[in-house]
Amino acid sequence: MVVDSAPVADARSLWRVRLGLAARSLKQNWSLFLGTRIGILGLVIICFYMLLALAHPILMNTVWDERIYDPVIGFAFDETEQPAPPSLSHPLGTDPLGRDILSQLMFSARSEFLLGLLAAVVTVCIGTMVGATAAYFGGLVDMLLMRLADIMIMMPGISILIVLSALMEVGHLELALLIGILSGFGGTGVVLKSQALSVVVKPYIEAARTSGGGTLHIILVHVVPNLLPLSFLYMMFTVTSAIFSEAVLSFLGLLDVRMSWGLMIHTTESAGYLLQVGEYWWLIFPASLSITLLCSSFYLLGRSLDEVVNPRLRRT
Amino acid sequence: MAAYIVKRVLQIVLTLFVFLTIVFFLVNAQPGDISRLYALDPNLPPETRAQMQELFGVNEPLWKQYLVHLKNTLTGDLGVSFSLYPRTVADVIKERLPRTLVLFLTATVVSFYLGFGLGKIIAWRRGGWVEYTSTLGGVTLYTVFTPWFGLMMIWLFAFKAGWFPIGKFLDPVVWQDAPSDANSIFNLMLATAVILSVIVFGVFLVTSKRRLGMARVLQVGSIAVSVLIVVGVWLSSGVGYLAWDIVKHMVLPIATLTLISFAGTMLLTRNSMLEVIREDYVLAARAKGLPEKAVRDRHVARNALLPVVTSFVFSLAFAIDGGVIIESIFSWPGMGQTLVAATVSEDLPLAVGTFVFVGLFVLLAHLAADILYAYLDPRVRY
Repeated sequence: MVVDSAPVADARSLWRVRLGLAARSLKQNWSLFLGTRIGILGLVIICFYMLLALAHPILMNTVWDERIYDPVIGFAFDETEQPAPPSLSHPLGTDPLGRDILSQLMFSARSEFLLGLLAAVVTVCIGTMVGATAAYFGGLVDMLLMRLADIMIMMPGISILIVLSALMEVGHLELALLIGILSGFGGTGVVLKSQALSVVVKPYIEAARTSGGGTLHIILVHVVPNLLPLSFLYMMFTVTSAIFSEAVLSFLGLLDVRMSWGLMIHTTESAGYLLQVGEYWWLIFPASLSITLLCSSFYLLGRSLDEVVNPRLRRT
Repeated sequence: MAAYIVKRVLQIVLTLFVFLTIVFFLVNAQPGDISRLYALDPNLPPETRAQMQELFGVNEPLWKQYLVHLKNTLTGDLGVSFSLYPRTVADVIKERLPRTLVLFLTATVVSFYLGFGLGKIIAWRRGGWVEYTSTLGGVTLYTVFTPWFGLMMIWLFAFKAGWFPIGKFLDPVVWQDAPSDANSIFNLMLATAVILSVIVFGVFLVTSKRRLGMARVLQVGSIAVSVLIVVGVWLSSGVGYLAWDIVKHMVLPIATLTLISFAGTMLLTRNSMLEVIREDYVLAARAKGLPEKAVRDRHVARNALLPVVTSFVFSLAFAIDGGVIIESIFSWPGMGQTLVAATVSEDLPLAVGTFVFVGLFVLLAHLAADILYAYLDPRVRY
């Protein structure tokens, strides 16, 4: 009965070995990531904004009065003049409509994160599947998907979104889906396909095929997991472009959203405070800097992950 | 090479066809038609409504409308603008396309050279503060919230310092009794710019095989001479002050667009250089005792150029988007500003027409960049 117990023991130890390997590679990658420094900076900024986003509902329910601090319909009754400069009760002042800037900033941070995350997940799901299928099947499927990608890459994203917003109501959800489709079938798909090409020629794919693995099984279990590090990297870049597009569109007043950083600047612009940067700095800087900081920190994170994933960029 | 270009042109034509199809169905997927615009008008009798539908062809079957749409777009009939009535969309585009071309081409060329040159230098100095500041600065510029950045440029250089005008295309006071209109002056300027860039390109082409120091002297010398000649011709033409007014309005948007788009090229050049530096032939070049500059510019940079150009092709759409934003911030009356203004005022024919042209523009820019790539990479000869 030695023969019977052997696979069980093997399976158990296999698990342990796999876990050990994963832990070791994680540790190694983490130390590589720490070595890049710029990635740490990005991570710190992202954590800061996450804390802001998480703190907003807590503050609204405890310290802040809803009538004064609501980011959309609040009004600062305690100020005589709107927009009011920063004070103790309104650390970043109020906007021309008497709403608290800090509250708007924190409220918007949450929707920016959700938008970025959703767009990134949609992009990566589509991109990974496109890349894996195109590389695995080759031939006609590959050609069709890559020609489609060519078209998507050539599409000027912001311009499309501008035209689409004229044709229909675009909110956060629609925007995230549109960005995900544009980038997943476009650039991200192409990059993941070139990575998948080097995966599908590996011996274990051949082995899986000869041992009778189905197409879907091979793609999902053997090809896609090997694309995940790169997919994760491209998620970061998608988050950057999603937050950026949202900010630009809502700045132009084309998005159907309740509150966002871009909309805050749009409010400033339509109230005519746009060029009074020196006197009314709190109307412009908090929102603009937040957009820039969050975009660049996701980008920095992506770049340092790039150095972790791509050994050729590493320092020797 | 010729076969490659023909193949690419065919591909572009096919892509254009798909693009026009997508645009048509996007617009057509919307509920209602042109007669619905007057749905709230009680004075509109049903017969007029039917007549209007017939006039615009919206009662025809969809495939027929689609064919008409294709034919109209290809023959340049893009309809009539609602907000600029009675001007046709084609007329508006004809006026504004050159302005965007100048803005976009200048900024793209300058930012490519700037990005490539700086990327070369920072790749050569790996580590230390140069690398961190340039990476951080580059990423910040690349991901900066463009409207805010444009605004800061306006505020600093136009509002506070007063060196440049605040946005717009020209100063009406200067043009009050000008001998000719702005568009013809601008087209002349465009022609000058094209001639000048052809000269610059030719000079680089001729001198690229010379030794480094010699090449530098020849390049700078001949470019300086041609710039002097151009300036002289404009000064003596009598409309030089008008051109100068437009140039003054152009500086700030071009500078902003350049600043936000050079960082991508710079960061990519650095990465690409770092990969090439490890090649054996670089070691061989150093072992031969070539000066560092020659190794960097002739052996590493030349081969690092290829991936940069590839991704530059990909980033063209990004640059055009940047142009759209910059134009609307600076009120520069080009395609981007028209697109945004038409969208905000729900002028659908103008928005769609502008969008079609922006798409066409991206397609042609891609074609140009592909041909450039085929020229640069001797392996692409199929």
